[in-house]
Formats: sequence, structure tokens, C-alpha cells
Amino acid sequence: MNDKQIISKGGMANVRVIEAKKGWKFLDFNELKEYRDLFYFLVWRNIKVLYAQTIMGFSWAILQPLFQIIIFTIIFGRVAKISSEGVPYFLFSTVAIIPWTYMSQAMTASSQSLVTGSGMLGKIYFPRLLFPITPVLSRLVDFGISLIIVVLVMLYYRVMPTWNLVFLPFLLIMMASIPVGIGLWLSALAIRYRDVKHAMPFVVRMLIYSAPIVYSASSIPETYRFFYSLNPIVGVIEGFRACMLGSPMPWIYIWPGIITAALMVVTGVFYFRRMEQIFADVI
Amino acid sequence: MIGKDIAIKVENVSKYYRIGYKEETKDTVSGTVVEFIKSPLKNYRKYRSLYRFDDVDETLENDSGNNNSNIILASKNISFEVKTGEVVGIIGRNGSGKSTLLKILSKITHPNKGRIYIRGRISSLLEVGTGFHPELTGRENVYLNGTILGMRKQEIDRKFDEIVDFSGVEKFLDTPVKRYSSGMKVRLAFSVAAHLEPEILLIDEVLAVGDAEFQKKCLKKMEGVGQEGRTVIFVSHNMSAVTRLCQRTILMDSGTILEDGRSDQVVNTYLSSGSGSTAHRRWENPETAPGNDVVRLRACSVVSENGEVCEILDIRKKCGLRMEFEVLEGRDTLLPYYNVFDQKGIRVFPAVDLDPDWRGRYRPPGRYICTAWIPGNLLSEGRLFVGPSVKDNSQKNIKYFYVPEAIAFMVVDSMEGDSARGDYVGRCGGAVRPLFKWETKFSPQ
Repeated sequence: MNDKQIISKGGMANVRVIEAKKGWKFLDFNELKEYRDLFYFLVWRNIKVLYAQTIMGFSWAILQPLFQIIIFTIIFGRVAKISSEGVPYFLFSTVAIIPWTYMSQAMTASSQSLVTGSGMLGKIYFPRLLFPITPVLSRLVDFGISLIIVVLVMLYYRVMPTWNLVFLPFLLIMMASIPVGIGLWLSALAIRYRDVKHAMPFVVRMLIYSAPIVYSASSIPETYRFFYSLNPIVGVIEGFRACMLGSPMPWIYIWPGIITAALMVVTGVFYFRRMEQIFADVI
Repeated sequence: MIGKDIAIKVENVSKYYRIGYKEETKDTVSGTVVEFIKSPLKNYRKYRSLYRFDDVDETLENDSGNNNSNIILASKNISFEVKTGEVVGIIGRNGSGKSTLLKILSKITHPNKGRIYIRGRISSLLEVGTGFHPELTGRENVYLNGTILGMRKQEIDRKFDEIVDFSGVEKFLDTPVKRYSSGMKVRLAFSVAAHLEPEILLIDEVLAVGDAEFQKKCLKKMEGVGQEGRTVIFVSHNMSAVTRLCQRTILMDSGTILEDGRSDQVVNTYLSSGSGSTAHRRWENPETAPGNDVVRLRACSVVSENGEVCEILDIRKKCGLRMEFEVLEGRDTLLPYYNVFDQKGIRVFPAVDLDPDWRGRYRPPGRYICTAWIPGNLLSEGRLFVGPSVKDNSQKNIKYFYVPEAIAFMVVDSMEGDSARGDYVGRCGGAVRPLFKWETKFSPQ
């Protein structure tokens, strides 16, 4: 919102102005800082509530990707015999499906965040940005737990970690920025057009084939490689594989993706901030 | 821009809403198919236009005719100031724009025009228990709800025991809230809200929660808030709460401020503006007035000591129930009387004419005005409904007229300590509230 802190000597300290002014705004860091405790509790609530009243609890964070890995190994590895560049297919798909599961779940939750939170949206004000960003952070816990699968599978195939692991934190940031960017755009759209809710499940299902999850990136013809790697998911998946399996870091796939991801986040913030004025009116 | 002692300044604020268009339906098969194919584009335009107001111009706000029929002005050019420490009530009918105004002040929704200055930390309570999650325990929800309302974690840590104490749900703190009764949930939620300490507090009708015992606590807490020098804006339908809690009240009607002034006066204007029944009613046409060829009712009102119509009655003051009727055919058995009911429909009392000059006497044709004087310190707080009647004294079942709830008035306690409440400010029940003389005989051991 058009809310700025005006500080001057004339006793105007601590005065906020709400104005009817349209325009593009970026982040309001002061305000976000003010609400950091709420941010913490919202993330914590999401984590706590996700598997409430389930028998398996956080085991679901392992079971869901595990079954997908098994099925993909059978279908794409055994039946379709897709090349996995000499790596056992089970290992090959494990290191891709774990980050993919995180990204797909986080972007779905983030896109729906304003609609699911519309009760709060109409009753109280806090920085609207917290809505789409909260699920992206809370899903990181699931991701962390599901990394156990990666560790176990690597132990089973006796793959030793290499120095490539130092790039992992960087890849994690890139990985989380994708659902942030998509979530900012789609949540702001979804509150006005509920079409997003219906489109999201199959778009996510399609997206899995847009990245080298069941196949390897090297099977894409070199002429299209640049356009292919503009999809930031490609860079994350290929990078993740290289990190874990010790193959050379595929920077040619990663750089274009970083640029797209950064663009999505920045434009997403601008779009979200421009649209947030009307959220409460279109619920 | 904003004076030193001003907490809120609202300048020419307008807020538009666009209501839906009328859907056109085709009644032919081909028409429906074409419609179906064209509908995505149409829908897109429709949903897009919901928040676009480029076609709204200045003239619209001044145009009472409002030819742009799908636009609603929830706020029309509103301006006012609230001083620091002032407790201001906002009243008005449903749809008068008071909730919209509160939502604009609390930043939930954005004005389309105008500017607002706010000095200090602001918290809004449009609902108790916003963000309560059923799967979380009471303890966890206190923290979650507290931070949602704008408290810091340390602040909640500090007040935690107080909050829990006030709510009275200590035993269930570690139980998920979904196992709470609705009363417990509300109590816990209100306790969190009651311990907010913003400089400016915006409240929308949250007092109507919980059981009687808890409401008492809340009202007391609310009064405390006002006395602590905090600025409060209080939107309510409860006229007696408004008169009691606020010195100043703003009356809104169709998006504009109709009146802004002392609470009792403004509440008075509101109640006499035709919303609901009023304290005075007159039947101009003798043909259609209640009654028959013997007696006709012409007017009825509640009056104060000096004979003026009285919508809001100070609980300590006396008042009169007055009716004006015309006798067309002289009788000696005509008996005026009133039935007085409270809001719950309980009959507070009947009042039968005991005037010794006329009781049982012949009443010749003519105009009669008779008043039943009710002493001060007798009625209970709240809205009372008066039904005037003239019946036949000899034949009990003949009523010449009876108009139930013909008029209504409001009894309020200004809480100055000399009413039957004493210094107690909580909720008082009872159909009547007489002021008694108390006596104590004490004998030391």
C-alpha cells in the first residue's frame, strides 16, 4: 500500500500516510522488518499444521517423493529405457525428483495462498507479501526431510560427495526463488481469476517434462539449449545432479535460468505490490 | 499537514465499489453457444473492470442522481479529524459505509481518492480470533493471533499470563483449539485482543461476544482503554454502548457523514431519522388512524420532563408516555393504557390511566392528551417499545385501538455513579432497575 514513513523535524515523526495513488512500488523493508515476528509464526504455523491429524506425520515428506521415484524408475528407466548417462536410473531420478517435489508443491501452495488466506485478507492488515512467501519457506522443512532419501540412495550406490557440494546453498536459493517468483505472479492473479486454481494442477504436471527430470538435458539438441535453459527449473535440476553426483557443474544451463528466475521475482514483486491494493475488494 | 494533537486526519476520502453487471441470457440454442464461446472474453472484461474506475469522474461524487448505476460509493468525500486520546463512535444503518471507512483506516482496503494521516501505532479489531487455527493449541494461537494483530513476540511473552488469566482457559492451553467450545474460543481470542496496546485502536462491533459474565469483563476493559488516553474508533449498532463509551459520535449515511458531534445528540438524530421506530408518531389522516368511530388515536410520543420528545432517556430522569386521541362518541367507560415491552419482548409493565379527574367519568367528544409519568431511576437500560391503547373499562375484551410497538425509546446510563449501578460498569440485567435506599445495621462482635 501507499504507506510511507515521513520523518521530519516538525513533529511529523511516526506519521503514516495512506494515499489514493497508483504506481509501481518495490519492497517496503521497514514494514517487513516490523512484521518479522508474524512472518516467523506464519511459517511455523504452516509447518505445524501441514501434517496435523495424520498417522504418518512428516513421513509423508519422504513417502510422496519416494513413490514417485519408484514409479518413474519403473516406467521411464525400465520400460521406456530412457538414457540416464550411465548413472543408475533410480539414483538419477532421485536427485531430480526431490527438488522438483519441493518446487511444485511450493509453487502450488504459494499461488493459492491469497485465496486460502482470504478470510484474513479481509479482516486484518499485514504486508500482503507474507502470504505467498510463507509456504515457500515452510515447505523447505519437507524438502530438508526428503533429503534423507538422497543421502540413503547415495550411500546405497556408494556415491561419494565431491567438492561440487559447495554450490548446494547457492542452488537452494535459486530453487526457492522459482516458487517465489511464480507464487507472486499467480497468487495476485488467482485472487481475481479463479481460473488459476483449475489450471495449476495440470500446468505443474506438464512442467515436469519441461525440465530434465525423467530424461537428461543432454538429449536436448544443442541449437535449442539456450531457450531450453531459460527455464530456471532446468538449471536447478541439472545443477542439483552435478552437486550430488560430482559431474562438472553445468553452468551453461544454470546462468540463463538465474536471469529468468531473478526477473520473475523482481517483476513479481512489482506486480504483486501494484495489485495488492485491490485484493480485499475482489475476494 | 497534521496537527500535533491529531491522531487521525481523513481528507476527502472516497471509495468506490463496482457491483456486478446484469447477466444477459440468450434463450436460443445458437445464442447460448455463441454466448458460451464469447464468454471468456466477456468474463475477463467483467472481472477486470471490478477494480478499474477510470471512468469515474469528479462529478459522480457530487451527483446525487448517480447515473453510473453499477458503481457504489461506499465513501463519498469524507473528511474528519480525531484528536489523540479521543474515543469516537461511528454509527449508521447497514450499508452506510461505516465498515468500509474502518477498513480503509486499517489499510485492509485502499481509498480511490483522498488521503489519510495516522499518527502512531494502529491496530484494528474487525473480528476476534482472526487467524486462529483449529489444529494449533490455545498457547500457540495466542502467539499467532497476537502477532497478526500487530504485537511483537516479546510483548506477548510479557503479557502471556495476563492474557490467559483474563480468558479463564488455563486448563486447556495445550489442547488444540478445535476441541474448545465456541465460548472458550471467543474468550481466548478476545483476551488477546484486549491486551493490545496500540496508540490507535479501531474496533468493529466485537463487544457482542461471549457469555454475559465475559461481556461484563470486556466492557470494563473497553472503558479502561478509553481512559488510558488511547485513541479509539468504535463502530457499533449498540446505541447504549456508543453513548456510554464514546464522547463523540459520527453518524454515517450512504457513504457520507451526516452528523458529527456529542454522542447523545448524534444517537438521537440517528434514532429519530426514521431508521426503526421513533419516540414520536403522529397519524395525520383521521380516516386511517388506528381506532374506530368511537375513539381514534392521533399521536403518541415519549416526552422528557419539559415536554419535548425524548429519544434517549437518561436513566435518572423521569419521562412521560403521551398519547393524543379523539373521542368521537362520548362514553363513560373509556380507559387509556400502555403496554411497555423490552428488546427481548418481555412485558416490563402495563400502565392503566388512574387520573382521578377522569377515571370512570363520562368523556365527552373532543381531543384528549394524556400522559403517564414514569419516575427516574426505574427503567432498565436498553430499548423500550410502547404500545398505546384505549379499551373499554366495563367490557374487558373491547379495545378501541391498540398499536403494539407504536413508538420506541432508548434508556441509557451515563455512568456517573449516581444511578442504581453505582460505580459498577459491567452488564446489568433485569427488566427494571429501581434505585433503592439501602440500610445497614451493624453490630460489632
